[in-house]
Amino acid sequence: MDRDRIAEALAGHDAEYIEVRLEQTDCTRVQYRGRDLEDISQPISAGGCVRALVKGGWGFVSFNDLDNLWEKADLAVKQAKLVGRQESTYPPRAPVVDLVEGEPGKDPSRLALADKKRLLDEYNEVLWEIPRIETSTIAYRDRSRTLTFANSEGSYIVQQDDDIALRVGAVARDGGDVQQVGLSVGSRGDFVEIQGLHQQVRETAQRAVDLLDAPHARSGEYCVVLDPVLAGVFTHEAFGHLSEADFTFENDRMREIMGLGRRFGAANLNIVDGASVPGLRGSYKYDDEGVPSTRTYLIKEGILVGRLHSRETAAKMGETATGNARAIDYHHPPIVRMTNTFIEPRDVSFEDMISGITEGIYAKNWYGGMTSMEMFTFSAGEAYMIRNGRVAELLRPVVLTGNVFETLENIDAVGNDLDMNQGGGCGKGGQSPLPVSNGSPHIRIRRCLVGGK
Amino acid sequence: MIEEILALAIQHSEHAEVFEVVFEQTPVVFEANRLKQLHTSQARSVALRLVRQGRIGFATTTRVEDGASLVDRAVAVSQFGALARFDLPSLQAYPELDIYDGSVEAYDIERMIALGESLISSVRRHTPDLLCDAVVSKSMATLRLANSRGGKAEFQRTSFGVSLEGNLIRDTDMLFVGDGETSCTPLEDVAWLGDSIIRQLELAKRLATVSGGKLPVVFTPHGVVAALIAPLATAFNGKVVLQGASPLGTRRGDKVFDEKLSLRDDATLPGRPRSRPCDDEGVPSRITPLIMRGVVGDFLYDLQTAGLSGAESTGSADRGGGGALPQPAISSLVVEPGDRSFEEMVADMDEGLVVEQLMGASQTNVLGGEFSGNVLLGYKVERGEIVGRVKDTVVSGNVYEVLANIVAVGGEARWVGAVSTPAICCAGLTVGSKG
Repeated sequence: MDRDRIAEALAGHDAEYIEVRLEQTDCTRVQYRGRDLEDISQPISAGGCVRALVKGGWGFVSFNDLDNLWEKADLAVKQAKLVGRQESTYPPRAPVVDLVEGEPGKDPSRLALADKKRLLDEYNEVLWEIPRIETSTIAYRDRSRTLTFANSEGSYIVQQDDDIALRVGAVARDGGDVQQVGLSVGSRGDFVEIQGLHQQVRETAQRAVDLLDAPHARSGEYCVVLDPVLAGVFTHEAFGHLSEADFTFENDRMREIMGLGRRFGAANLNIVDGASVPGLRGSYKYDDEGVPSTRTYLIKEGILVGRLHSRETAAKMGETATGNARAIDYHHPPIVRMTNTFIEPRDVSFEDMISGITEGIYAKNWYGGMTSMEMFTFSAGEAYMIRNGRVAELLRPVVLTGNVFETLENIDAVGNDLDMNQGGGCGKGGQSPLPVSNGSPHIRIRRCLVGGK
Repeated sequence: MIEEILALAIQHSEHAEVFEVVFEQTPVVFEANRLKQLHTSQARSVALRLVRQGRIGFATTTRVEDGASLVDRAVAVSQFGALARFDLPSLQAYPELDIYDGSVEAYDIERMIALGESLISSVRRHTPDLLCDAVVSKSMATLRLANSRGGKAEFQRTSFGVSLEGNLIRDTDMLFVGDGETSCTPLEDVAWLGDSIIRQLELAKRLATVSGGKLPVVFTPHGVVAALIAPLATAFNGKVVLQGASPLGTRRGDKVFDEKLSLRDDATLPGRPRSRPCDDEGVPSRITPLIMRGVVGDFLYDLQTAGLSGAESTGSADRGGGGALPQPAISSLVVEPGDRSFEEMVADMDEGLVVEQLMGASQTNVLGGEFSGNVLLGYKVERGEIVGRVKDTVVSGNVYEVLANIVAVGGEARWVGAVSTPAICCAGLTVGSKG
């Protein structure tokens, strides 16, 4: 929709602030189950939403039909008036006018469906070469999206936003014992990043079979070493969500707990989040409020120095907007979300990290993770015992859990090998899966509670 | 409109089916104890499924005028599509269900605001420091289906929901309490919701410790859903059975569970927001027994999965809101109540846990029946009494072991989302704890 037509729709309302977001999305979805292709389709989705602010209350209207945009804005304003009962804290920002095109060669909608399918057929064949595989799933989804943002301050931003997600799962079975292993990868539309994974797919399937013979870990507290991928998930769950200011900004106790300057870890701990870090799954130029992305230090040398903001949380906390307001699609208003979140590398090698451990657990890869802010939980896709300084026997998948604050303080070694997990999707407030990346070097946690058997 | 798309599609295919859903929702959102947002959401999607040269083609759109492009896309992908193993249903008789209440659409926003405010006030009277987020929401869905065998279905369904989550932070201790309810009709009385949350607050006032080991656990209805339902729903999914990944796949007719356990899927319950006269393919809804006194019953199927399995559809086809191909999914699950009260189950325990909320339980090997979660809200029982709330505790188990050894099934069931269940007391859960 052109700029003038949107401007007309935004004009003549009695609101403190209004914004419009319009989307046009082309997707490709391919799903295999077992040896067979189960679903192949190319959904098209288009729609929009309007958000309005009056006296501290928000009205939000989302729709598929783009006609009568002025009336929809009017409804959003009426709704905001119904709920607004105090002064708004929403200082104006200078308007931004920009066109952000996709990177050349990284638009998945330009690739032929047959070519995508051929690659997935190859991965499926690789999976099925492994004996004792019972079944498998391959889920591929790409999207090519044009996002238009405009607001009553005069901003008008059009962004091309592409995304690819691939998840491969292998299931092995022995009687009533069923084990599954997954591989998740993703990119900002670059198909090359999901090519050439045949060896990893093979290893994924083999591990499912190997797990059938693996023992459980005993539940209890252990010294745990996390690989970069799992440490990334840990960072996201254990700390990232705490940094999202919408949990803190209207909660006095949380403001105390998350006071800037508070020590969260040792001097070797540095945690960053930012969409301006280029080329990663959570990278973008402007967030869904039209705020430019940033690279924000959350923890620097163990001290809390920053948090993630939307315009409203930043204003209410007297801090600067960080460009972390994201909506998964036009059905939802933006909320504070992570983008690319990682622990910066330091200088300990993996060998040195495990050398002093008599009995511990080496946990890798990820299965899932959740947080309740004080507590986090995440499950490792792969785990091994560490015995006398070496990686020992394979274990069944374990759940690691604990108190966020204690566990961050218990990180006593940070490795030199940063790697990013790009296969994840974050869930929050019913908006899932949102493309994010997270990563870390290897890290060692002195004490972590492990659920096994 | 969908008839036009169908007429166009059948010119290029042997069979065709068009499915349309229009969904309108109005949530009233409270944050940090105050009214914050009012949303109106209107979503519409149309899905075309056709069979061309024996293969399935599928396409969806959110644009009403998109009929020709929809047909083109479905035809284009059908060359790669799976071989169709089903016949679309012809015109069927559907059960009359009580799932539409006209007063939902007209329900006054001011009354919704008052409902949310009264719920928040009632829990804050008990605990003034509680910080509450709440949602009062009304919605209406209109579904239409037509296929080339003359099958046709159309119905409307309303939904009304109230939920509250509160957090109480003392130093770095965070307590989360919460509850919610949904119905097809407006919820006027939410006093019992307030009482449920206040009870959570009361029981959590003191802290207790638990040492690791094997303990009996009373899963409250929320706890049952958090720990036990996901692995069961997966195991009874006809697709998982077909793939050979369900531990129950070869156990039909076997007594796998304790005879105190009976579980059924029921898509015909009045007043439930997941009930419907037919599934997303137009197959009539019914009750499907899954576990009958411990014995494994039927699995859940959609048409294609049934065809591939040599079984019949159980009317369990679900399109995940409209945008996906039909898959088997639960409608409403009902766990048959037993005869022990919650108080009696607790009184019977010398040492054990009551688990209300588990975090991350369904993120391990769900296929294998395993669960392992951090106890977000749970209480220690000593000599038949709840002595306080536990923290830093992990409860793990495997549903196939845990539900084969049920100590007692509670007598009072309640709805938690899509599941109606009483509390269930199980023996021999693995409890891991700090120190």
